[in-house]
Amino acid sequence: MNVPLLAIGPTPLAPESLVSAVAEGSDGAIVTFLGLARNQNQGRRVRYLEYEAYAPLALKTFDRIAGEARGRWPGVRVALHHRTGRVNIGEASVAIVTASPHRGDAYASCRYIIERVKQIAPVWKREYFEGGDVWIEGATVDPNDVRAREEAERIACA
Amino acid sequence: MRVTVRLFARLRDIAGAAEMPREVSSGATIATVWRELAGEFPGLSDYERSMSSALNADYARMDAEVHDGDEIAFLPPVSGG
Repeated sequence: MNVPLLAIGPTPLAPESLVSAVAEGSDGAIVTFLGLARNQNQGRRVRYLEYEAYAPLALKTFDRIAGEARGRWPGVRVALHHRTGRVNIGEASVAIVTASPHRGDAYASCRYIIERVKQIAPVWKREYFEGGDVWIEGATVDPNDVRAREEAERIACA
Repeated sequence: MRVTVRLFARLRDIAGAAEMPREVSSGATIATVWRELAGEFPGLSDYERSMSSALNADYARMDAEVHDGDEIAFLPPVSGG
């Protein structure tokens, strides 16, 4: 079965299938990033996370981010899957795979993509901790904010 | 004309609904829809400066005009990843 390169939904992530989906003979490097639900945050003992997304816009945003990465690191290929619904501690909420002839480009583009996901993807995390729950609110989305993009690129190339 | 408003995360909690049909007048913008909504659910006003908006599943500015059948989404600060 063909694995879509970009996806968002409740299915547990399978990074190996993303690697297979992007891999080509010309690759010198493939970088896989998994973002995990961890058991503590800001002094709270986290029980699990729940993710919500505006799925159609999330997919378009993933496509936009992948396009930005390909523009900045030509020849890079990208797969990006994000979970929705409940994600237990230790499970991956996001998987990003980048493939390139060169490891530098694979690493940098992978880092760029997760930074951009955090800036502009319409996805929200609700943290269920011991004693309550809270929506986590990070960046105000402005997809055309050049400074945000430059900041993601700076982090990617640091 | 009739549009559909979609709310996510804490905005959804505040309004108590993920999706609601709204009647709007001709010439209305996303900002018009937001103001009426914030009038009805005062807690939303806290998000005046930090939320983003989308029109038919594309990011859009608050001054974008809305049309019959449009889907308008209001998005609090995101926390994916």
